Amino acid sequence: MAHPALMHPPARREIGADVYSEKLGMWVFLGSEVMFFTALIGSYIILRFGSPEHWAAPGQILNIPLTAVNTFLLICSSVTMVKAFAAIQDGDQRLLKLYLLATVAIGAAFVGVQAYEYTHLVHDGFLPSGYRPGSELAERAAEGLLPVSVGVYGSSFYTMTGFHGFHVSVGVICMSFVTWKAYRGAYTKEDHRGVEVVGLYWHFVDLVWIILFTIVYLV
Amino acid sequence: MATSAVSLEPAAHTEAHELSFLRKYIFSTDHKIIGIQFLLMSFVFLLFGGLMAMMMRWQLGFPDRPLPAGQLLPETMAPGGILLPEFYNSLVTMHGTIMVFFAIMPLLVGVFGNFLIPLKIGAPDMAFPRLNMASFWVAFSAGILMMAGFFVEGGHAAAGWTAYAPLSADPEWTGVSGGQQIWLLSIAILGLASIMGALNYITTVVNLRAPGMTWFRMPLSIWSLFITAILVLLAIPILSGAAIMLFFDQTIGTHFFDWTDGGQVILWQHLFWYFGHPEVYILILPAMGMVSDIIANGSRKPVFGYHSMVFALISIAFLGWVVWGHHMFQSGMNPTLGMTFMISTMIIAVPSAIKVFNWMGTMWRGNIRFHVPMLHAVGFVAMFVIGGLSGIFMASTPVDIYIHDTYFIVAHIHYVLFGGSLFAIFAAVTYWYPKMFGRMMNSTLGKIHFWLTFLFYNLTFFPMHDLGIAGHMRRIYDPSQYEFLQPLAPLNRFITVSALLLFTVQILFAVNFVMSWFNGKKAPENPWDANGLEWTVPSPPPHGNFAKVPTVYRGPYEYSSPLVEDDFLPQTRKLASDVDPAAAGL
Repeated sequence: MAHPALMHPPARREIGADVYSEKLGMWVFLGSEVMFFTALIGSYIILRFGSPEHWAAPGQILNIPLTAVNTFLLICSSVTMVKAFAAIQDGDQRLLKLYLLATVAIGAAFVGVQAYEYTHLVHDGFLPSGYRPGSELAERAAEGLLPVSVGVYGSSFYTMTGFHGFHVSVGVICMSFVTWKAYRGAYTKEDHRGVEVVGLYWHFVDLVWIILFTIVYLV
Repeated sequence: MATSAVSLEPAAHTEAHELSFLRKYIFSTDHKIIGIQFLLMSFVFLLFGGLMAMMMRWQLGFPDRPLPAGQLLPETMAPGGILLPEFYNSLVTMHGTIMVFFAIMPLLVGVFGNFLIPLKIGAPDMAFPRLNMASFWVAFSAGILMMAGFFVEGGHAAAGWTAYAPLSADPEWTGVSGGQQIWLLSIAILGLASIMGALNYITTVVNLRAPGMTWFRMPLSIWSLFITAILVLLAIPILSGAAIMLFFDQTIGTHFFDWTDGGQVILWQHLFWYFGHPEVYILILPAMGMVSDIIANGSRKPVFGYHSMVFALISIAFLGWVVWGHHMFQSGMNPTLGMTFMISTMIIAVPSAIKVFNWMGTMWRGNIRFHVPMLHAVGFVAMFVIGGLSGIFMASTPVDIYIHDTYFIVAHIHYVLFGGSLFAIFAAVTYWYPKMFGRMMNSTLGKIHFWLTFLFYNLTFFPMHDLGIAGHMRRIYDPSQYEFLQPLAPLNRFITVSALLLFTVQILFAVNFVMSWFNGKKAPENPWDANGLEWTVPSPPPHGNFAKVPTVYRGPYEYSSPLVEDDFLPQTRKLASDVDPAAAGL
C-alpha cells in the first residue's frame, strides 16, 4: 500500500513540488552548506578588513600557478560530471561509467594536489598558527620581506581550504559509490536519480572553490 | 547515495511481517518510534538540566550551607557539600547548554517534528527514514559526549552557554580546556543531527502531503515545524562553523578569536547570535503552532485568523534574522547600528501580538473544554505575554544598558523558555500522549500538576525581575559577597524554596507519564474530538500510518461547523458538497 509519492518511477507521481524527494533534499542540504561556508567566508572578510597587516600579498606565500592548475582540474571534473549525466539521460551505460570514473579520478587528483600544496607550505613554515619559528618564511619576515605575523591569515587559509578539501573528499567517496552502482547497472535512462543528486553536490563544491580561490589566493 | 532504496523503505516495511526488536524499537526507521526515542532522551536531559538548576539555586539561596546530599559529589566539584566556584560556573554553562540544545530543542523539533509531520500531512513516513534514524543516533551520541565533559580533567566548559571568547578561547581564563573542547565538538555533532532532521522535515512537508492537503489546509503545528526546520537548516551551520573555529583556536593554535594576533573577540558574538537569535524562534515557533492546534480544539472553534497566523509565523522567522545585534548592545556597538537593531527587534512584537490576540480571539465565546492540554496551552499564552513584554524592555537600548547581565534577563529567558516553550511541551505531550502510547494520561493528576507547576513557576521566576532591577548580576556564585545584594537575600531564599517545590511537583508528571504508559485507560482513535489526520488512525498508529492514502477536503480547524451535527468535522470526512481534490485540480 505505497503512498503515491513513494512509488518507483514510472508510476511515481509527486504531490508537492514537481521534483523528486532526493533532489529536493539535496537542494535543501546545499542551502545549509551555503550557510556553513558563509560563516567561514564572512569571518574571513571581517578578519581581513579588521587587520590587513596580517595578510601577505597574493603569491608571496601561496603558490598561485599550482592552485590555478588545480582549479582547472576541478572545473574539468564538473564537465565530466555533466557528461556522465548527459550520457545516462541518453541511456548510454558505457559513457556513464567512463565519465563517472573520470570525475572520481580528477576529484581525487584535486585532493592530492591540495595535500602536496599543504606539505610544501608547512615545510616552508606556514602553519594554521602563523610562521613556524626558525623556518624559511619566518626568516624572510624578520628581514621585513613578509608581514611580521600571519597568524590569522594561516588560520583562515587552512580552515577554509581545509573544509573545502574535506567536502571534495566526501564528494569523491560518494562519487565512487555511485560509480560502483553504475557498474552494477543501477541507473537507467528513466531512473538515474543518484547520478543527478551526487552531481548537484559536486557542482556546488566546485562553485565554492571558485569563490575561495578568488578571495583567498588572488585578492 | 542509495537514493532509490531510501524512498522505498516505508512501502517495503508495511509488507514486512515482523521486525526484530532491535529494528523495531532501537534502530527504527519509523518516524513515530524515533519521535518517542527523542522524547525519552530529552526528558532525561530535562531532568539533568533541572538538577543542575536546583544545585545553583541552593547555592544562591543558602550560600553558606552544604548542599543536601552534596557529599555524593566528588571533591573536585563540591568538597564537604559546598559547591566550588569553578563547578558553579560549569553548572551555569551546562544548565543552559543542556536545556537549550538537549531538552527544549529536541523536545519541540525532534519529538513533534518527527511524530506529527507525517501523521498530520497524511504520509506513511518521512521522506528519508534512514536519515531520520541517523539523526537521532547522532544527536544521542552528541548528548553522551556532552555529559562526558563532566568527567575530564579541569571540569566541564565554564564559559556560559554562549561560550563568549576570549573566556572560552583561552584555557587560562576559566581553567578549563578539555571540557570546553568537548563542548564545542558535541555542539558541532549535534548540529549535524539537526541539519539532517531539518532537511528531512522540509522535503517531507513539500513532497509528501496527501491529496487535498494544500498549503493552507495544513495545521499550524505543521506550518510552524516547517518554518522552524528552515530556521534550523540555515542557522545551525553558522554555529557549527563558529564552534569549529573556536575548537581550532583551542587545539591547533589558530587565531580567529585571539586579539593578540589579528583575531577578533566580538566576531564570536556576531557568529553566535547570528545563529542564536533564529535559535530563539526555533525554540518558540513549534510551541506556538502546537498551542494553536490545542486551543482551537479546546475552544471548539476555528482558529481565529488562520492566514494571519501563518504570515505571523513567517514574519517572525524572517525578522529573527535581522535582530541579533540586540544581544550585543553592551559589547561595543555603533549607536546608529544599535538603534537599527532596537527598531527591528521591536517590530517582532507586531506578529507576536497578532498571534496572542488570535489565540484570545479563538477562545472568545468558545465552548471551552479545559482538558489538561488546554490548561497548559492557555498557561503558555499568559506566560508568553509576560516574557514577550519583558523582551521589549531589553530591546530598548537605554533600558537594556541598565538591566543587561542581571537577573531581569534570567527572568525573561525563563518566561519564554519555561513559561513559553515548556508549558507548550506539557500541552503537546499530554495532547498527543494517547496517540503516541495508545493510553490516556490521568486527567486529575494532570490538572494538579498543571496548577502546582503554574503556581511555583511564577513564584520562582517572577521575583527574578525584581532581583534584576535591584542590580543582582546573573551567573554570580555568591550574592552574599556583595553588600548591596544583602537586602535581597530573603528574596533569593524565597526563589530557591519555590524552585525546589517546582522541581518536586514535576514528579507528578513523571509518575503520570510512566504509570499511564502501563496502566492508563486504552485510548480511542480520537479522544479529543479533533479534526487532524492523525486522529483518523488507531492509537498508536501502525507502521506506515494509513491503511490507504487519506484524502483531505478541508482545513484542520472546522470545529462547531454548521454543516454537521457533531461539533467537529475531520479533514478527511467527505460531505456531499465536497469535490474530489483531483477534480478540483489540487
